[in-house]
Amino acid sequence: MLDQTRRTTLPLAPGVGYKPQHYAEIMADAGPIGWLEIHAENYMGAGGRPVAQLRHLSERFPISVHGVGLSIGGEGRLDPDHLSRLRRLSDWLDPASFSEHLAWSTHESAFLNDLLPLPYTSDTLQRVVDHIDELQEAIARPMLLENPSSYLAFAESTWEEPDFLDEIARRTGCGLLLDVNNVFISATNLGFSPQGYIDAFPLRRVGELHLAGHDTEADDHGRPLLIDSHGREVDEPVWALFDYTLARSGPRPALIEWDNDVPDWPVLAAEAARAGAALSRSVATGDEVPA
Amino acid sequence: MSAPTSRQTQFRAAILDPDRPAPPGLTDGRGAPAGRRFSVYRNNVVVSLTEALEKAFPTVRKLIGAENFATVAGLYLRAHPPTSPILSRYGAGFPDFLGAFEPLGHLGYLPDTARLDRALVDSYHAADSAPLDPGRLGALAPDDLLRLHLGFAPAVRLLRSPWPIHGIWRFNNEENAPQPPHTAQDVLITRPAYDPVPRLLPPGGAALIAALSAGKSLGDALDAATGEAADFDLSPLLTRLLQDNALSGAQVKAPA
Amino acid sequence: MSNTLKSAALVGAFATALAGHATTASAAEQEKCYGVSLAGQNDCKAGAGTTCAGSSTVDYQGNAWKLVDKGTCTTMELPAMADGTARMGSLEELGRDLPSS
Repeated sequence: MLDQTRRTTLPLAPGVGYKPQHYAEIMADAGPIGWLEIHAENYMGAGGRPVAQLRHLSERFPISVHGVGLSIGGEGRLDPDHLSRLRRLSDWLDPASFSEHLAWSTHESAFLNDLLPLPYTSDTLQRVVDHIDELQEAIARPMLLENPSSYLAFAESTWEEPDFLDEIARRTGCGLLLDVNNVFISATNLGFSPQGYIDAFPLRRVGELHLAGHDTEADDHGRPLLIDSHGREVDEPVWALFDYTLARSGPRPALIEWDNDVPDWPVLAAEAARAGAALSRSVATGDEVPA
Repeated sequence: MSAPTSRQTQFRAAILDPDRPAPPGLTDGRGAPAGRRFSVYRNNVVVSLTEALEKAFPTVRKLIGAENFATVAGLYLRAHPPTSPILSRYGAGFPDFLGAFEPLGHLGYLPDTARLDRALVDSYHAADSAPLDPGRLGALAPDDLLRLHLGFAPAVRLLRSPWPIHGIWRFNNEENAPQPPHTAQDVLITRPAYDPVPRLLPPGGAALIAALSAGKSLGDALDAATGEAADFDLSPLLTRLLQDNALSGAQVKAPA
Repeated sequence: MSNTLKSAALVGAFATALAGHATTASAAEQEKCYGVSLAGQNDCKAGAGTTCAGSSTVDYQGNAWKLVDKGTCTTMELPAMADGTARMGSLEELGRDLPSS
């Protein structure tokens, strides 16, 4: 049954971002994995192995569709062709969850293949709300909107990010996807408290949590500048922030993302198992905030 | 005065042109200018699109080396960013771009090699289809064979080249492959199951397949093949097409 | 070639092809994977590094950029093409106007 607040039917278990090189091992023994997340745009071909694999996986696991290309924050209108493709995928796959990003990637017909940042203004808010309404209508189901990883801020922003996301969710009825690694990255890069961000976040709307590894660089002043590279284990401070979040939200479906230098399956499964152990602890404490 | 440039117009221009300054009004969250932080986005876009081209054109990359490839890819992606969010489709114009790129003009075989790389990816993602039951061919009367029309699976691609593209592909993708021969080569990409395979066509083979795929009867297609190669032998090619599940339909039509 | 001769040749070709096909029915499973499975994957990751690739311009003006002497093109023995016919390279999407039944 759809959780009316959290907008997902994913199980309260760890999941992983699916990589084709892990197919055989996942089908043989998924270990602690309760569900899989796929990037929508990798399964929009007409056929072949990707579509066949996804079909087989979906018979065994709940699937979360994670869009990375719709450009929900775009200044222009949403690409009607891409909306149709998302609808087709959503129709045949009937995923347990559908999510996209608070970001933009397409402008004047150029798809820049990155999750580019948005100023948090009333204009942006209205545009994002309109686009989410359009998407939810197209796929005939509610979506989850993910918080971005930030490397800079806009002078014209007038909203704090948690309030901005809360207001979008309130107006559109969408749920939220809270990427804990992104919170840690943005907090470090922009100089705010990650715990303060979690405290301000509308956790009752959160249908899914993300975890990933990041790289550390330096800005012009020699301060750490964290990069959302998804290319290594989850950092210890991010695990701590994950526990901090679970203690306030209660258990949520939690995903390990690993997209660069993808490791062998046992390494990824071990990360997911660690997330699963944290989920179990948070179930045991039973301190879930009522929705 | 023109209208103020939108944020996303500013970003798009500055991401694709590193000689431009970063857009104004960006901070480090503490009130100071963002400085080189904007370059994170420049880097993400250029690195990720270069990677997409590297994966789509592995043979071209081997031919000119990773360093040259990254340079050419950087020029291409800035001039022709993707127009679709489906990254596996990116680079349809890259073979023509290579062909018009003066510094690589001495490698005349590069554009066709890129077309072969691109066609393999397209074949990989093409629709599935039920293979033709060979028993249906065996049941045909001799007179029907001349009037037979054959359809190809959606994953099949035909590439004709004045260059030995099959030999070039093998030299770069198979261990201990021989040097490419000094001849023109035609290639048929088939997808027996999920992995596309480039098959070298015999002389006349491409003419036959082009004629069939244009809707000609087998009798007419055979004339096209023997027109290019008088000693064309259909049976090994037909065996290959059946083994590779390259045929999806067969129908006998009365002559028009 | 007369139609009778062509028809006879086709009968022979089909007989040979069908016999050959019957003996290698599992050819599909023997194919290698050449790695295109990972072509152009969409991701939500960031590229490693902050400045290098994205911030450097190529000093390319006309023919100023020089091909670095690397890659297999330097070891591949392919002199100026022997074939004088110079067909245009053309990738043809095969027509699918034939019924599949």
